[in-house]
Amino acid sequence: MGRFHRHPDGTAHPHADHDVGDHSGYTETGSARIEVLENILSENDRVAEANRRDLAAAGVRSVNLMSSPGAGKTTLLRRTLETLRPELRIGVLEGDIATSIDADRLEGLGAAVSLVNTANGFGGECHLDATMVRSGLGRLPLGEIDLLLIENVGNLVCPAEFHVGEDAKAMVYAVTEGEEKPLKYPVMFRAADVVVVNKIDLLPHLDFDLDRFLANLAGVNPGATVIQASARTGEGVDEWCRWLAGVAGPPGRPGERES
Amino acid sequence: MHEMSLCEAIAGVVARHAGERPVSRVVVRIGHLRQVVPDALTFSWEVMSATMGLPDCTLEIESVPARVDCARCGTQTTLVDAPILACGSCESTDVTVVTGDEFAVVSLELADA
Repeated sequence: MGRFHRHPDGTAHPHADHDVGDHSGYTETGSARIEVLENILSENDRVAEANRRDLAAAGVRSVNLMSSPGAGKTTLLRRTLETLRPELRIGVLEGDIATSIDADRLEGLGAAVSLVNTANGFGGECHLDATMVRSGLGRLPLGEIDLLLIENVGNLVCPAEFHVGEDAKAMVYAVTEGEEKPLKYPVMFRAADVVVVNKIDLLPHLDFDLDRFLANLAGVNPGATVIQASARTGEGVDEWCRWLAGVAGPPGRPGERES
Repeated sequence: MHEMSLCEAIAGVVARHAGERPVSRVVVRIGHLRQVVPDALTFSWEVMSATMGLPDCTLEIESVPARVDCARCGTQTTLVDAPILACGSCESTDVTVVTGDEFAVVSLELADA
């Protein structure tokens, strides 16, 4: 277990470099040291749990949809709404740093859409946290929704750390992103219950080694469901929608959903 | 920005435990599987701590290596380079993460009043 820290004057050094006098006073009395051992994201997780309870009480199942920018989340969402709309009432909570462009692209597809701009955070948050999602939930008619799709901000790092109260995490990954990303961004790939490998219609034009990508993915997350798809051509969209419908469960289940 | 969000979260935990008392040091424990860059976290802390009501407060990071236990052969493997969750001995992927997921505020030290 390595220890180091940095002082306000910019110097950094291993913990062992301190002489004893520098740390005197607190270990003896115990009064100046407070043992905490609390998860850094405990407050977020507490709000996420409140979201989960509210969604469950309204009979809504939810999926947190994550990807890097440009992987095709919004295009896949459009296809998803077209495919699933007849059987499921879908809500979309759309996270975006500053604009309503993605939310606008979902208009007219029969889904209730709530836009959460994350620009109010410190310099524009690069992810949705549980509190942001909670504010977005308040603008959705939860009683009229079976499945809530939470489109996170495009980013391979931060969204994976922040639970928002979802039932499942889904990741959209474009074959244009290369084979090595599961090894470079393992937190998100580990967190995903399903990985939609998108834009496979482009495979003939790329050097992308699909088998190597799948091996890297299996290395960090052997249990992930993998769906190969093209949101542009529609290939694989049915399989993705069946997976989503599985999360949503049978509609009108007694005691869980009001019809 | 990832590390900045985490600094805000750390400051929130500190505030709940320290209240109005001045804090001189915060110790956090972060596993290697958490994809947190220690230098970026300490840099963000230097930039942000004063604005979050924690001036002159040092952030100390305990870095925890990622280790997995193999269900097939019982070997414990420390993951060094790639975050591949597999046994280093028999290469089985039927492994359990033992350490590396840590993500906690461990303790605080209050400044002399």
